[in-house]
Amino acid sequence: MADTRLRRSLLYVPGNMPSMLQNIPVFGSDAVIIDLEDAVPHTEKDAARRLVRRFLEGYRDRNKEILVRINALDTPWFQDDLREILPALPDGVRLPKADTAEVVERLDTALTEWEEELGVEIGRFRILPSIESALGVIHCIEIAEASTRLLGLAFGAEDYTASMEIERSKGGEELMNARARVVWAAKAAGVQAIDSIFADVTDMDGLRRETELVKALGYTGKSLVNPRQIEVVHEVFAPKPDEIAWALQVIEAIQRAREMGTGVISLKGKMVDAPVVKRAFRTLRTAHAQGLVDALPDEGILRG
Amino acid sequence: MARNAVGREIPERWHGKRLVPYADPYRLRPDAERATRRLTRVNPGERKVLPTLQEAIERAGLRDGMTIATHHHLRNGDDVLNHLVRVVENLGLRDVTIASSSIHPVHAEMVGAIRDGVVTRIECGVNGVIGELASRGELRCPITVRSHGGRARSIITGEVPVDLAVIAAPCCDEYGNLNGLEGPSAFGSMGYAFTDALHARTVVAVTDNLVPYPVVPVSIPQSLVDWVVPVQRLGDPSKIVSTTTRVTTDPVGLQIARYAAQVIEASGRLRDGFSMQTGSGGISLAVAENVRNLMRRQKIKGSFGCGGITGYFVDMLEEGLFQALLDVQCFDLRAVESIRKNRNHVEIGADTYANPFNAGAVVNRLDCVILGATEVDVDFNVNVNTESNGLLLHNTGGHSDTAAGAELAIIVAPSIRGRLPIVRDAVTTVTTPGETVDVVVTERGIAVNDRNPDLRAELLRRKAPVKDIRELQREITSVTGVPRPLQFEDEVIALIEYRDGSIIDTVRRVKA
Repeated sequence: MADTRLRRSLLYVPGNMPSMLQNIPVFGSDAVIIDLEDAVPHTEKDAARRLVRRFLEGYRDRNKEILVRINALDTPWFQDDLREILPALPDGVRLPKADTAEVVERLDTALTEWEEELGVEIGRFRILPSIESALGVIHCIEIAEASTRLLGLAFGAEDYTASMEIERSKGGEELMNARARVVWAAKAAGVQAIDSIFADVTDMDGLRRETELVKALGYTGKSLVNPRQIEVVHEVFAPKPDEIAWALQVIEAIQRAREMGTGVISLKGKMVDAPVVKRAFRTLRTAHAQGLVDALPDEGILRG
Repeated sequence: MARNAVGREIPERWHGKRLVPYADPYRLRPDAERATRRLTRVNPGERKVLPTLQEAIERAGLRDGMTIATHHHLRNGDDVLNHLVRVVENLGLRDVTIASSSIHPVHAEMVGAIRDGVVTRIECGVNGVIGELASRGELRCPITVRSHGGRARSIITGEVPVDLAVIAAPCCDEYGNLNGLEGPSAFGSMGYAFTDALHARTVVAVTDNLVPYPVVPVSIPQSLVDWVVPVQRLGDPSKIVSTTTRVTTDPVGLQIARYAAQVIEASGRLRDGFSMQTGSGGISLAVAENVRNLMRRQKIKGSFGCGGITGYFVDMLEEGLFQALLDVQCFDLRAVESIRKNRNHVEIGADTYANPFNAGAVVNRLDCVILGATEVDVDFNVNVNTESNGLLLHNTGGHSDTAAGAELAIIVAPSIRGRLPIVRDAVTTVTTPGETVDVVVTERGIAVNDRNPDLRAELLRRKAPVKDIRELQREITSVTGVPRPLQFEDEVIALIEYRDGSIIDTVRRVKA
């Protein structure tokens, strides 16, 4: 089945800050990425791991998707990260420096071993690889196909610009080619495309412009560094009233078609088939999350 | 001992005074006349300017055991009360009562005078170290904490007879006309001093800005002022701003503000004629910012903003979102500038603002008030006076007045403060009774008082994160744990007087 889960906003939370971890249930992002990597100094890696595990064990009424950004596979910490964190059952792992398909495959194998060890469903732990270097951008097409665990491709502009030895600008012109390639790879593999963070938390207009840009390119979500950014990102990803009206018509038309025993129907002279229904459903899902429609159609509509 | 309506044990008598236990926010009715002030006569040619405060005090005939008052518009920048207490001390007076409108940390200087028996009673709320020392049993000085409206009431009814009121006058003439609008210490509205000027036996204006007769506009007129004393300085007006007056950038605070604005919108009161009061804290201002955006978007023309006024409300006035500001105290220098220039920014006295015993206070006309808390409890009672350590650290301000007056009283507070949960089984001290509180908003959700089922239903319809207050409490304590109860001695060091003069709670000495 298609993964239609909303991932408009993926909020980074430092794994070594109890005061910020405790607020995870509070904020309205679709997902959080608890960070054990860059936000945590070397000397605090072990303390942060334990803190995050404790937090996750106590966070029973999970109201958002929980990803943990582990340390890269070429560091001495990643095994310990998995050992400590996976028993507390996060939804997935954000993999930094996913430069090749091989790195993703290695993590996939490790996750499978842990799933067996923990006795949980194989494939439970998802992977969100970070495409954040020139090498990663080149390989992102194979990376997107490297594991069935992938929920998307995440573009990381900060490390990418560093690897390119260029400056990141507010306009983002220097990122266009990489962003386009990552979103192609994601769409071709049928996974979501998540854009990079926007670092200036005081510049809401800049954040809005960048989010509008990446939405136009095909990205469906964005990584965030501050809860204040959630509202703007959700506003940008919210469908417009005419998009919602169109989506409601599509769903109504396809329901009629199903009653008539067909999978295809025309709406105002245009053919409505599975991909169109999927898009309409996603529009309504987003609109619903934003409080713009009261009810969601049954997900069964996608299966036909 | 009697148990009052919020379950607190209230002694029958306390330092010679018979106490009335709190029963209900609205039913206690006054059975008295306004207190009077002795008539006086000043003939043509008589001069009012005296060289020193000491001479004014001597002329006022201040004796042992009498009561003096100042007002707190200079907040933590005030020099007048310290100056006054020093003079009283130098004159060898003893057993004096202070009935100012509020006492601030800057007045810690008078701790010595309290220890020496010069000051032996405080008839107002205290911010800072005096309350802390009293709570620890290190100062013997009974304190009666009053709201702004309650203080006005206590002076107007004569319950607290003021023998000498010293009014800080940023702009004053030699015949005693004065205002707060001009001069190096300009602090704007003189609202708290109005009742003092009307009811004190002797009224002395001190000024650092003596100007030619007549001062216009007049806030307090010559006919009420006995003496005028020029001084070097009244204080530091830059410290009028004693709390935040900027919108918060803290994501938790912003989340609370967003929810609070949702509550206001869902209440149905946000329409033409809307009136509002907020404090000057960062979260309150963030609520105001959200409300402002809603008003703009929906083209709503509000009626008035009141209370302590910030530059933020000034902007809303100038934008046409409010018709008027009714100002008892300016919270920042931008508000001072506005009250000087804008006719729709009006100075009001504490009596008009919040006294329950008159022909109708401004707070009765409020649609909505946003208030803070150090603690709330599952009965929606609110504490702003003591902190979780049991120490008396804050004055009530207009908290219980506006909660009682406004149609919609919203408490905004972070769910966790200093690792402690904000929602308790019972607050340490009841400042404001739960029956005057409609909603408690934290970043973890919105708790609606059962007294307001329609609002709760509407919020649920709008998919707002409504939670039962006990559910909210459980959620918070699952993070913080449940704090150990505080230990108190029997000795009552302060009374928390409700606005109508009944006693809503006591503050006891903390166990060492």
